[in-house]
Amino acid sequence: MLEIRNLHVTVGEAGIEILKGINLKVGRGEVHAIMGPNGSGKSTLARTLAGHPDSNVTQGEILYEGKNLIGMEPDQRAREGVFMAFQYPVEIPGISTAYFLRAALNAVRTQRGLEELDAVEFLGLLKEKMKIVEMDPGLLNRPVNEGFSGGEKKRNEILQMAVLEPKLAILDETDSGLDIDALKVVAAGVNRLKSPDRSIVLVTHYQRLLNYITPDFVHILLEGRIVKSGKKELALELEAKGYDWLKGEVHV
Amino acid sequence: MFEIDPCREAFRTLEKREASKVPPELVSLRRTAFSRFTELGFPTPREEEWKYTNVSPLLKHQFKFSIEQPANGLTAEEIHSFRLSGLAGAQLVFVNGLFSPKLSHTGELPSGVKAASLSEALIHDPGLVRPELARTAPYGRNGFTALNTAFIHDGAFIHLSRGSGCEKPIHLVFITQTPSGPLISQPRNLIVLEAGSRAAVIESYYFLDGKAYLTNAVTEIVLKEDASLDYYKVQREDARNGFHVATTGVRQDRNSRFFSFSISLGAKLEREDLNVLLGAEGSECTLNGLYLVSDGQHIDHHTVIDHLKPQGTSHQLYKGILKGKSHAVFNGKVFVREDARKSDAEQVNKNLLLSDEAGVDTKPQLEISNDDVKCTHGAAVGQLDEDALFYLKSRGLDDENSRDLLTHGFAADVINRARIDAVRMELDRELWAWLQNDHLAGETK
Amino acid sequence: MKKAEELINQEYKYGFVTEIEADTVPPGLNQDVIRLISSKKKEPPFMLEWRLKAYERWLTMKEPTWPKVHHPPIDYQKIIYYSAPKQKKSLSSLEEVDTELLKTFEKLGIPLEEQKRLSGVAVDAVFDSVSVATTFKEKLKELGIIFCSFSEAVQEHPDLIRKYLGSVVPANDNYYAALNSAVFSDGSFCFVPKGVRCPMELSTYFRINSADTGQFERTLIVAEEGSSVSYLEGCTAPIRDKNQLHAAVVELVALEGARIKYSTIQNWYAGDKEGKGGIFNFVTKRGKCAGRNSKISWTQVETGAAITWKYPSVILQGDNSVGEFYSVALTHNYQQADTGTKMIHIGKNTKSTILSKGIAAGHGSNSYRGLVKVLQKAAQARNYTQCDSLLLGDRSSANTFPYIEVRNRSARVEHEATTSKISEDQLFYCRSRGITGENAVSMIVNGFCKEVFKNLPMEFAVEATKLMNVSLEGAIA
Repeated sequence: MLEIRNLHVTVGEAGIEILKGINLKVGRGEVHAIMGPNGSGKSTLARTLAGHPDSNVTQGEILYEGKNLIGMEPDQRAREGVFMAFQYPVEIPGISTAYFLRAALNAVRTQRGLEELDAVEFLGLLKEKMKIVEMDPGLLNRPVNEGFSGGEKKRNEILQMAVLEPKLAILDETDSGLDIDALKVVAAGVNRLKSPDRSIVLVTHYQRLLNYITPDFVHILLEGRIVKSGKKELALELEAKGYDWLKGEVHV
Repeated sequence: MFEIDPCREAFRTLEKREASKVPPELVSLRRTAFSRFTELGFPTPREEEWKYTNVSPLLKHQFKFSIEQPANGLTAEEIHSFRLSGLAGAQLVFVNGLFSPKLSHTGELPSGVKAASLSEALIHDPGLVRPELARTAPYGRNGFTALNTAFIHDGAFIHLSRGSGCEKPIHLVFITQTPSGPLISQPRNLIVLEAGSRAAVIESYYFLDGKAYLTNAVTEIVLKEDASLDYYKVQREDARNGFHVATTGVRQDRNSRFFSFSISLGAKLEREDLNVLLGAEGSECTLNGLYLVSDGQHIDHHTVIDHLKPQGTSHQLYKGILKGKSHAVFNGKVFVREDARKSDAEQVNKNLLLSDEAGVDTKPQLEISNDDVKCTHGAAVGQLDEDALFYLKSRGLDDENSRDLLTHGFAADVINRARIDAVRMELDRELWAWLQNDHLAGETK
Repeated sequence: MKKAEELINQEYKYGFVTEIEADTVPPGLNQDVIRLISSKKKEPPFMLEWRLKAYERWLTMKEPTWPKVHHPPIDYQKIIYYSAPKQKKSLSSLEEVDTELLKTFEKLGIPLEEQKRLSGVAVDAVFDSVSVATTFKEKLKELGIIFCSFSEAVQEHPDLIRKYLGSVVPANDNYYAALNSAVFSDGSFCFVPKGVRCPMELSTYFRINSADTGQFERTLIVAEEGSSVSYLEGCTAPIRDKNQLHAAVVELVALEGARIKYSTIQNWYAGDKEGKGGIFNFVTKRGKCAGRNSKISWTQVETGAAITWKYPSVILQGDNSVGEFYSVALTHNYQQADTGTKMIHIGKNTKSTILSKGIAAGHGSNSYRGLVKVLQKAAQARNYTQCDSLLLGDRSSANTFPYIEVRNRSARVEHEATTSKISEDQLFYCRSRGITGENAVSMIVNGFCKEVFKNLPMEFAVEATKLMNVSLEGAIA
């Protein structure tokens, strides 16, 4: 599904190197967790996969279903089935959430050779999908993310994932800023969206989220490199020992 | 009437008297400026820049030029009250625009720091003065600036050499004395901070007698790379007979920082032009202003912040409180030029009207020619917030105290930004007194 | 990801020319031309006098130089001041309108045959200097509403014209208003009598066709006590290399308790990508809330014209009267707009709201210029102004010139403005959901304009959204 080879990424105009040679393979239907402390490069990795303009790939390859993602426009990636749930979802004044979702879905459907949905069909679909994240239907008529609480924004991200049905979903710190009840709802939503055809990459600082979404593999990112990979038990070990435990691994 | 002709006579007198003393560049600068002044004359409300300020009341007076009319000898006791208590640094005193060595003391200045009279600096430090004089306060468009430039004669000259610093604020005290009739004094100040230097300067304006006078001041400020200046202006001219017109031109080099704090307490008519050029990358300016305007006064603040190069930042907060039959004008222009990517500009002007006869004209103005910017401005005219008033009363304060407290809070928001304790405390006292005076005068609250 | 810049203008849809024989006076302006226009329209003597007086004043006036717009000097002697399609002397029904004209309006999306019209809209169609047809006249007449061409109103209702013409915008108000007063050839007149709520939208469609012709129309709307009316106008012109002048005057009068809603979608030819050609749209629009509790609301969507210079204003004379101004102005390529409003608070407890959204792309220059004036007697006056500018492209510019003059202590006036470029975060968010860059720009810009669009009548709101999308097509290279 996804193969990252020796990925080097610099960020911003200053061109500071954040990712220093990432290698990662994600198979179809697998759930991978990428863990790391602040500043390790987790979010840069997520944003690079989604094609953020500030992430500048200087070396390496990102192969998604055999296609090279590097150089592909972010909307093209989305239409190919790549989805990123934002750590900080963006507000778009004046555009209702429902309108936005329909525009996105129809863009994706057109790519997949499907008919566009009209407003009635879309609302039917949306009602179903909203159950997954227990979202208040009133939010659909509000502008995208405007005035949403932290929890509502994150639910909206998962709702978008449910509607767009990506093949590869990258969840960038979806747990951050959520209280325990909201976290459970969001995690349950993600679990319902697990499928043999969908790979999920969870990017997180804490082990907490992994109590609710069980990963197949865990990778630890430190200073721009994956320093250790393992099964889900690695997360628990990390929880017990802290990131300092792996500091020595950085310069290998 | 104060017209061009008497100015011409005074100009000839000045030229004759100083013919042998001043360098030829200055002679020619003065002449060019004077000829520009005769072309421009005094501004009228027909000009956009003077739309809300009519200077004709000041032109009614037969001002004599201070250079023709030497001041009486003042003693240190007579001006004692003009000291800011708690301020320990150098103090330069100017009477009618002319430096008074007797009343000044500059003793303990750190090395690399010069604080002297401009007339002396013109002779002793021409290499430092000449390259900067009349460069940051252009006289091509403003008749008052042209007139001041034509009469460049004396004022303060402050220079900080590369990397030097002056912890204690330098206090410039300008006093107008009118023993023998209406008078115009025209101080000319030049402040140059070389790369990496830092200083704080206070410019204060006071008066002694009761006759009509005009202060027509020009201050030029040059901040080289990484230099940092805190600049305070306290205008406390005669509210019945004093006219105050001033232009302050600031030119900032890379990563320099300019902090200004301007307070208007006096003058029958005041017009301030503060023009800041963010002329190189990463420069930053913060302009604060407060005007407390009483019956019979007209206060006009014009500011220009010109973002010429990338990554400039400007913050501006001007507030005014008006009572009696008074008038305030604010015009703040922010330019972001084609090249000024990543500029960040913020401007706020707020006015509180306490009387039925007060009027405010405000015009915040943005001209943006680059898309990679973040600019905001806001302006408001109104009265005290009724909810806040109710809240205070519900806690037991009476109406008058509640209003005073809120009005004080409105102004203190600016005063608290003063970073010199002596200035802040003095102004806070001044503010309370101004508010109290309100009731004594039996004016509307 | 490519950035949002470099706007490409989609070809202007309304740029065609109608081949029709015209009755045209020679170019140039003098007393004789004015007399000729007046006599062609068989005007009563008071009209000719009014025109000549305006002309005299115009001769003494100068073009305003304060707007932030630049254009080559206009030679007023080269302009044709009157051009009318040749038609039968007087038309008794729509069937007698020249088929070329009917086709033209049909092509513009304004079929004049009433049965084809949206049932809720009555149209006055103005072609160059004259009104060619007005629909639904009879139906409106039953309610006592007068809706007709200005020329007809001068003939049929001279007393009303005499009473209200120039009562809001005096003949000598400004340079272009004076010029218009001297030479205006037609326009629309609307009178809604006491207590009547106009049951349908009234609209005027302005079309410039002939080359070298100036269009000088005049609109006058009077709403009597307790009445209400919603009025729309739209404008287009052919693609031509030379600039053409459009100098209109609109006057609105709202008596006690009356409400007037005036909406404009201005889509004059904007000039080509190099800024050649296009309409100079120099317009004076002003309404007077003459009576207590009256309300005048202006909504404008300005996407066309090479240069726009207009300030739809409200004089809030009656106590408790309300003025509103909602504006979207989009400039791209080399378009220039200097637009805004004046809210003059005279009466007690008067309220005004200003919401201005400016979008500048390419080399476009977009200025908001506004005046909020609270006079001494206007106790409890309130104004709120929000003025936002969005920049697309590093050669575009946005300016804000708000004048606030307050002479009453109980007034509350607030002005807020922001200028920023289109948000890269918003663009990325949209695109990461599969929406193309171009659609993302349209979507964000439409969202930015939403609060203004929602004040448009339904059919116009849809048209405005489309128009913005068309104007932004190709937003990402």
